Amino acid sequence: MSIAAPAFDPVPVRPVRASRFDSSWLLWIAIIAVLLFLVVSPFVYLVITSFQAERTGDFTLSNYATAYGRARYVDALFNSLKLGAASAALAGLFAVPLAWAVARTNMPGRGLTRMLVLATFITPPYTGAVAWILLAGPNAGWLNRFYMMATGAEAGPFNIYSFTGLAVVIALYSFPYIFIFTTAALELVSSEMEDAANILGAGPWRTMRKVTLPLALPAILGGLIICFLEAIALFGSPAMIAIPARFNVVTTQLFQFFGNPVRVEVAAAYAMPLLGVTILLVLVQRLIVRRKGFVALTGKGGERRPILLGRWRWVMFGYAMFVAALAVFLPYIFLVQSAFAKAWGRGFLLDNITFANFRFILFEHATAAQSVINSFVYAGISATVAVFLTLGVAYIVARRLIPFGGVLGFLCVAPFVIPGVVLAIGFYAAYAPPPLALYGTALIMILAFTTRFLPVGYVNASAAINSLNPEMEEAVRVLGGSRMTALRRVVAPLLKRNLLGAWLLIFIPATRELSAAIFLYGPNTKVASVMIFDMSEEGNFERLAALALVLQVLTLPLLYLGQRALGRDFMLRRNAT
Amino acid sequence: MSKLVLKNVAKRYGAFEAVSDFSLELAKGEFVSLLGPSGCGKTTTLRMIAGFMPPSAGSIEMDGKQISSASGVVPPEHRRMSMIFQSYAIWPNMTVGENVGFGLQIRKLSRAEIDRRVDKILDVVQMRNLKGRYPAELSGGQQQRVALARAIVVEPEVLLLDEPLSNLDANLREEMRFEIRRLHDEFKITTVYVTHDQSEAMVTSDRIVVMNKGKIEQIDAPHVLYGRPRSRFVAGFIGRTNFVEGMGQGGEVRFDGFSAAASSLEGASGGGKLLYSLRPQAIGLSTQRGNGPDLSVEAEIVDRSYLGEYWDYQVRPLGGSKPLRVSTAPTAVFEVGSRVWLEIAPSAMVRVE
Repeated sequence: MSIAAPAFDPVPVRPVRASRFDSSWLLWIAIIAVLLFLVVSPFVYLVITSFQAERTGDFTLSNYATAYGRARYVDALFNSLKLGAASAALAGLFAVPLAWAVARTNMPGRGLTRMLVLATFITPPYTGAVAWILLAGPNAGWLNRFYMMATGAEAGPFNIYSFTGLAVVIALYSFPYIFIFTTAALELVSSEMEDAANILGAGPWRTMRKVTLPLALPAILGGLIICFLEAIALFGSPAMIAIPARFNVVTTQLFQFFGNPVRVEVAAAYAMPLLGVTILLVLVQRLIVRRKGFVALTGKGGERRPILLGRWRWVMFGYAMFVAALAVFLPYIFLVQSAFAKAWGRGFLLDNITFANFRFILFEHATAAQSVINSFVYAGISATVAVFLTLGVAYIVARRLIPFGGVLGFLCVAPFVIPGVVLAIGFYAAYAPPPLALYGTALIMILAFTTRFLPVGYVNASAAINSLNPEMEEAVRVLGGSRMTALRRVVAPLLKRNLLGAWLLIFIPATRELSAAIFLYGPNTKVASVMIFDMSEEGNFERLAALALVLQVLTLPLLYLGQRALGRDFMLRRNAT
Repeated sequence: MSKLVLKNVAKRYGAFEAVSDFSLELAKGEFVSLLGPSGCGKTTTLRMIAGFMPPSAGSIEMDGKQISSASGVVPPEHRRMSMIFQSYAIWPNMTVGENVGFGLQIRKLSRAEIDRRVDKILDVVQMRNLKGRYPAELSGGQQQRVALARAIVVEPEVLLLDEPLSNLDANLREEMRFEIRRLHDEFKITTVYVTHDQSEAMVTSDRIVVMNKGKIEQIDAPHVLYGRPRSRFVAGFIGRTNFVEGMGQGGEVRFDGFSAAASSLEGASGGGKLLYSLRPQAIGLSTQRGNGPDLSVEAEIVDRSYLGEYWDYQVRPLGGSKPLRVSTAPTAVFEVGSRVWLEIAPSAMVRVE
């Protein structure tokens, strides 16, 4: 034997102990306590509050009577449904051709198109809405002015302050969801399936219609549903566009119930249909996406060759650039113009250029710079908490460390069905009153953000954990390391990138979050999104544009970091949504 | 004293019994394989020995101390065993040297001592020059060697291997079989080896446990297992064989196309329906009738395949319906359709259940 006798102290073999009950139960209790606090309690309080009389707290149905007692309140509900349907349909028109062209054809500029979809995706919808007010405001909007210049007409045809205007703006900034779903599905359709149709005599268009699109259909429908839900849950764009256009949707109506005095009981009652529709549609979406018979979407894709479009490739490219112009080029050109202008309406004149807007928001305004810092600090803490919490839960569930671990996983993804506005009302109902009295504190914002983004964290964390072979950890244990050693020395180093990715996927949207923040901020806890919203109410578009651009520019290094660590498309994968 | 003892170990998942009534004793330094088709419970047994799962019944003892029972288990990190996994489980975030040194680090050896032992074991597996590499830069065979070194360097009480060669290509697999046996001969570590590949088990093991559907079929040394299979399953699983069914009556057993005296056959005294296993190598082929004590049966060549190392003939005894498989040296050439004589030693016929 070439190795000397054992020089290490033999590890004493512990006597057999009952391992059925051990400290893992404590961990389970701790995690479930946190999840109860973050997820269950706001939800429960939302429901309870909707049945409570103001001040006395007695059981009552009067909140529901108030919430649905007026025709215009009920109209707002239907407006939301119509808006959701219109936006989703428009978003489908933008997204599906682009997704097909990028995933399956030889259209030129596929990488560019992906990049522009990403640029759309990271543009907060309210920033897009502001840009479109600059573009298509009646009379003063740039598109109207160009039209009048070109035709000599008295008035332009575009009016952003309309139902159609709102639907278009929402669609322009939610179509990336459908794009992500559809490309993911199309990339799994193998060329062999298309070849089989070709060899039986079907031409490329017929093949697309009869084979490729049906295979991607569940994904497209899933994306449409997500867009619909996004549209009905959105607060910023409707508040900026629908209110001046003199119509209400659910979220703007909820905001009015939250005005002075705050009628949280009525708001809670009024939020129920929004919650119900969301839960229902998420269930439908799950059913559609998981439907059997679409084997291609689960199995290996096989070989994929791009479909040659011939002359049509330039037509497709033209369409892609048209969509990009609406979502990215035009909005950003005029946002930049506005941000550097003394008065945006004066146009591209040299003597109209100034840095005063940036100076003002960064150094002179009392709270604007602070609001940006708040956004980043709250988002940073929320992302960190959410990543580690969901990682812990995902690990426990994947390794079956405790019985009923699935319950924890379910609680982590449950907030997906709670719109931001509704979540905020739940948080308000649960934690604004004494004893916690968290209203207006940084803590309530952080807690709400954490809860909102738990599902993104959990989906990513469990994908990461499931990609690790458990034998890696077993190898540590069999060599004498504890489970903690395995986590520290093997699991954590191997998941570094995934964790960074999940963190960014939470952090970036959390810096723009408006729907929940608008209901929960206090004088000292204003975030950038709320600031932008306030400025839009003041009609201060130059300074607003400057602030919106600062927020966008600050995101770029993070995006770069994410792409370096995780690949170019890290935000455009299905895990991102 | 036995090193490792499994007493009536069972593992149940609801109504499904993955392992039932498994008892085995390993002597110190012994190399035992668990062999069986996939789903036979061999990996489950190994994982119970490692402490990754508790048995539903029975107990496991090491050096006379109980380490597993239905009421509790010593966790894997306190068993002083080591294990080689099917996926190798080489940690991609550590170099070869760090992988191999990990167990020693856990055992709190000094830096210098760790280095010395790591270098030594890497010499043994011929990987010293790759000490600073990361696993992603290694071939499958090299990763396998790292896994071996990592498991052996800690001088485990028991070494467990879970189908360690199944991810390697055929040539490398054959080379590594001998490597594993060589390392065992050098370090004399008590070893339990799980595999579904009979030649792997035969090359490496002192004894083989053949398992089927969660139960032990037979425990024996490789040559005994091959020469004296006790069940139809073992005879069919270990090597190729002919099953011949006979009817014992009046001191004679009638097979399909030939017969033998009951007194010359194993276990034939009772008469009735009897099943025997007859290895293709145990049958001789010649152009003339033999005159020794063996049975000589006239037959016809029905089909043949040439496999380089041997001929595989299908030979049907005249008057019989089913052909027997016969293996001969590559030089023994018979044409299809020609008449030959089969030579069968009754002692080569093994009674199976």
